[in-house]
Amino acid sequence: MTSAVSIRGVEKRFGSLRALDQVSLEIEQGEFFALLGPNGAGKTTLISALGGLVRPDAGQLAVMGHDVAADYRLARARLGIVPQEIVFDPFFSVRETLFIQAGYFGIPRSAALTAWVDELLHKLALTVKADNNMRQLSGGMKRRVLVAQALVHRPPVIVLDEPTAGVDVELRQTLWAFVRELNQAGHTILLTTHYLEEAQQLCQRIAMLKQGRVVALERTEDLLSAFSDRVLRVKIEGSLKADLAARARPADDGWIEFVLHDLAEVEPLLASLRSTGVAVRRMEVTEPDLEEVFLHVMETH
Amino acid sequence: MAGIGFRTLLYKEVLRFWKVAFQTIAAPVLTAVLYLLIFAQALRGTTEPFPGVSYAQFLVPGLAMMSMLQNAFANSSSSLIQSKITGNILFILLPPLSHWDLYWAYLLASVARAIAVGAGVFLVAVLMADVPVRHPLWGLAFALIGSGMLGAMGIIAGLWADKFDQMAAFQNFIIMPLTFLSGVFYSIQGLPPVWQAVSHLNPFFYVIDGFRFGFFGQADVSPWLSLAVASTAFLAVSLVTVGLLKSGYKLRH
Ligand SMILES: Nc1ncnc2c1ncn2[C@@H]1O[C@H](COP(=O)(O)OP(=O)(O)O)[C@@H](O)[C@H]1O
Ligand SMILES: [Mg+2]
Repeated sequence: MTSAVSIRGVEKRFGSLRALDQVSLEIEQGEFFALLGPNGAGKTTLISALGGLVRPDAGQLAVMGHDVAADYRLARARLGIVPQEIVFDPFFSVRETLFIQAGYFGIPRSAALTAWVDELLHKLALTVKADNNMRQLSGGMKRRVLVAQALVHRPPVIVLDEPTAGVDVELRQTLWAFVRELNQAGHTILLTTHYLEEAQQLCQRIAMLKQGRVVALERTEDLLSAFSDRVLRVKIEGSLKADLAARARPADDGWIEFVLHDLAEVEPLLASLRSTGVAVRRMEVTEPDLEEVFLHVMETH
Repeated sequence: MAGIGFRTLLYKEVLRFWKVAFQTIAAPVLTAVLYLLIFAQALRGTTEPFPGVSYAQFLVPGLAMMSMLQNAFANSSSSLIQSKITGNILFILLPPLSHWDLYWAYLLASVARAIAVGAGVFLVAVLMADVPVRHPLWGLAFALIGSGMLGAMGIIAGLWADKFDQMAAFQNFIIMPLTFLSGVFYSIQGLPPVWQAVSHLNPFFYVIDGFRFGFFGQADVSPWLSLAVASTAFLAVSLVTVGLLKSGYKLRH
């Protein structure tokens, strides 16, 4: 099957700065994919190159098998990008903005389009603002209009560049529910975000970018298990025997932590605590954390 | 060219000036009418620029064309620079619009605004000075070529300028001198030979002179010569415009 997004050996320099350095990625159709990296890593530049806003110095990019330069019309028709910066046209209302955007993609005004626009407005909680001028919307609402604009031509590949920045918690949930729904309906999703827990929950695969280079590219669960462990946390009464004390690491607030390489280690650990007369008052197992992985990857590259 | 994408962009560009028609059409019409009132009054009784044509009559087509040229330029240039500065240029860069779609949409919206302004100036002016229309097709041809040329120049300026003051410089140092030195307010036959020669190098002169022919059936040079020069200039400017759009100049980095 053709990749939804194919990025091969892409390079981009801005003056002496290497914004993208030999970036290669293949994203399968139907994937929910996260592109992570610190500020200035090149995420937006890579997305811009995919949308034809940035012209790479070397390498190829394709959307659903269509080269973004040679077959730009086919490629762009299949791509919906929610830009990082909030932009809007102050001349138009929300509804006008969406109809105009659909027109740019060659979609004629029809009952079907009106129904889809209404559905987008509804899903993104914009219905009551539909006929307001764009200027009258809050930042979070403007961002949701950008999401609707990116979806108005029903692109198979949807790219969201930090879509939840400045959006409150409730709307963030609404947005993710909708994006998840789109993903389940077969759309490929490429996402950048600063909220790592979002990426961890939503995305099947993760690429990490640092200074324009791909420094990690793996399935989310593999990434988590390779770089981050489960931890057994306990609060106890009594003192640990030497061998257990060697394995333990003290944490805040009287907690003691044991790193687990496997969940099966929990049972014997608890058994040896009990057998040495230590009473466990509280206990929890923490799951691997993407934040930890992220910091580790960024430090070691 | 006649795809839905192009038509939508044209519609949006027309709506953009139409929604603020008071500023984009009524205001320039008023300015031109004020010029007409003041100059026609101040220069009343001067020699007829053409036999049987009073100075006030002579002034009407020139002023109408000057307003058309300025507004054609203003339309495409201000739309582009505003979109670039606010960032909403993204909305037309992400869809599958071609450089031809962009060229024709911005150009035709400029022409539409120019024609609306020109018609406004003319309608008010005929109430003040009785202006004949001897060859309407010649007049229309020059109206279209002139506003097309300036619409295209506006696209170039809008692409080139990164800030509003650069745009103002383009307007003040290129467009205004070319317009004012093109014989809007006088017949170049009354000029010293050196300035006549200089005027003949200005493509705007041919646009205005040819346009005037459409009204009076008389002009400083043959309308065919004007047509040839104006069309060539329009074509040349358009080639540059389409080239810049195709290359993504200052749009795609
Ligand atoms: N148009 C541009 N001109 C010059 N430098 C740029 C341009 N766009 C991005 N950069 C630089 O490229 C690097 C990557 O930026 P960006 O892709 O926005 O990073 P991210 O989205 O990961 O935060 C940054 O150092 C940024 O300053
Ligand atoms: Mg970014």
